[in-house]
Amino acid sequence: MEKQTSRPIVDSLMENVSVLPPPRKWTLRAASTLAKSPVGLAGTLIVTLVVILAIIGPLVSPYDPTDVNLRARFQPPGYADSKGAYVLGTDQLGRDILSRIIAGTRVSVLVGIVSVIIAGTIGVIYGLLSGFVGGWLDIILMRIVDAILSIPFIVWVIAISGVVGIAGGSGGGLPAIILILGLTNWVTYARVIRGEVLKVREMEYVTAAYALGQNRFKVMLLHILPNIISSAIVLAAIQVGVTILAESSLSFLGLGVKPPTVTWGLMLSDGRQYINSAWWMTTFPGIAITITVLGVVFLGDWLRDFLDPNVRGRA
Amino acid sequence: MPGFISFFIYRCLQIVVTLFIVSLLVFFILRLSGDPVEVTTPPFMPEEQREQIRKFWGFDRPIGEQYVTFITKAVTGDFGTSYLAKRPAMELIIERLGNTLLLAAASAAIGVTIAIPLGILSALKRNSPLDFISTALASLGTAMPNFWFGLMLIIIFSRSLRILPAFGALEPTAIIMPAATLGVGMAARLSRMTRSAMLEVLNQDYVRTARSKGLKQNTVVIRHTLRNALIPIVTVFGLQLGWLLGGSIIVESVFSWPGLGRLIIDSINVRDNTVVQAGLLWISLSIMLINFAIDVFYILIDPRVQFN
Repeated sequence: MEKQTSRPIVDSLMENVSVLPPPRKWTLRAASTLAKSPVGLAGTLIVTLVVILAIIGPLVSPYDPTDVNLRARFQPPGYADSKGAYVLGTDQLGRDILSRIIAGTRVSVLVGIVSVIIAGTIGVIYGLLSGFVGGWLDIILMRIVDAILSIPFIVWVIAISGVVGIAGGSGGGLPAIILILGLTNWVTYARVIRGEVLKVREMEYVTAAYALGQNRFKVMLLHILPNIISSAIVLAAIQVGVTILAESSLSFLGLGVKPPTVTWGLMLSDGRQYINSAWWMTTFPGIAITITVLGVVFLGDWLRDFLDPNVRGRA
Repeated sequence: MPGFISFFIYRCLQIVVTLFIVSLLVFFILRLSGDPVEVTTPPFMPEEQREQIRKFWGFDRPIGEQYVTFITKAVTGDFGTSYLAKRPAMELIIERLGNTLLLAAASAAIGVTIAIPLGILSALKRNSPLDFISTALASLGTAMPNFWFGLMLIIIFSRSLRILPAFGALEPTAIIMPAATLGVGMAARLSRMTRSAMLEVLNQDYVRTARSKGLKQNTVVIRHTLRNALIPIVTVFGLQLGWLLGGSIIVESVFSWPGLGRLIIDSINVRDNTVVQAGLLWISLSIMLINFAIDVFYILIDPRVQFN
């Protein structure tokens, strides 16, 4: 009897439920917000293109980026000889600028991704510990962060890679630069993550987790970490651009990656020496850096709005 | 007022502690490179002579002792002697500091002059073509490497038009391009912040009230909106001054501007650690003083800010 009386209520409830759209997967949600955001779309397009070029570069590159053609030195964009056309011109050794720009994507992508992962991992653990444990540990850890942040990132990186590069003789290889960038840039994450932890720590679901008898370690890992990770991802997206710019500055100053590895920063450093005669040597690698970083910034902006509207304006 | 005094003392102590940690970090990182005498002396130099050099500079002492010697002298303003110039590091830095401050001031002036009006106009004419163009330019300015923008200026103004010197500080016009390079980068970051801070305040009830009272547009914008939007703008401006000091290290190299940044890079290249560590400590101190000044500024412009 009871069941029958309750049925109309259940039915009416079900009716309402069926009106609501089914919960969508985050991938679908991402795709639909991306479709509405021209900036996000542009960012995705640029970043995808750069990553693809980094992977399949040698297949689409018109020349070998290290191929020397002394008869075609300093040729302006559009020059063509019996070997073929040099769309963006050639450098002081007759190497094709376009091919070298394509080859340079590999270094930028590698540096951007790997050192951001290193920095992010260290920074998240550091910030998590500092904010969660609190007390004296927090005070000491944050004073260290203050100290590191009181010197601009790029100045640290220049000083450290200068010292390490000279110490290691030829030094300055790609792995060393990635490591230096990663080990220097974690502080930004540490500070932001600590701030987030302080906020999340006071949430009711954390109190509830304690009340249910979970230990501190589990609360930190299962209840706090998942709620701060989106801030870390947004920050990481922004830092990819910062890191790519830092690598190009280092290589430009001769303190970064060394030849024969091809990087945009090194191309600019070559270009600067011949700035009076061959403007294309300086112009095009810089445009490549700008477009790539612009793509990353656009993607980061969209990601920030999508994942975490609260962090807007920070970092 | 007692609140202000204790705030002042607290912040000064904080700066001293932070500076102490910076000195530890810088000192030990610079010594990661190993024996400076080994690298800076010719390979055919007899070992005894090298030993003498080490003794002279104190490199034969344990590293902890070297640090204590360094820090006790640094407190009195003696940052050691440059290996290369054979002159006190402090003297070299003071010589160059003026040029860097001049460049920073000129760049900040350019940055503010472009960014504040542009940011305000963008916010007032939201979604207009002007807003679109200025936002696009700001993104572009943030994404491009500033030293590359400097190189582009050299190509246009020194090489093609031949109206500005490409390097040095001999002529008064020499400051224009390095200052424009840094100023444009700053303007890009600052105008975005100005725009969003203005938009936030423009939506407040008191701005609507001011408008409905029939106040002039200028009064509403300047007295009611800009004054309230100043806090986030000043914060970013302060951060940008730090960015300016960081950026100047490369831009000074591009334009051979005889400032602190170029001194540091030159010293890194010749392994003149004394000068490098003194330079880094000075940069750190300047940035902390800037942040301090901004905190004081908050107190002055915003009565809601409490001391803590």
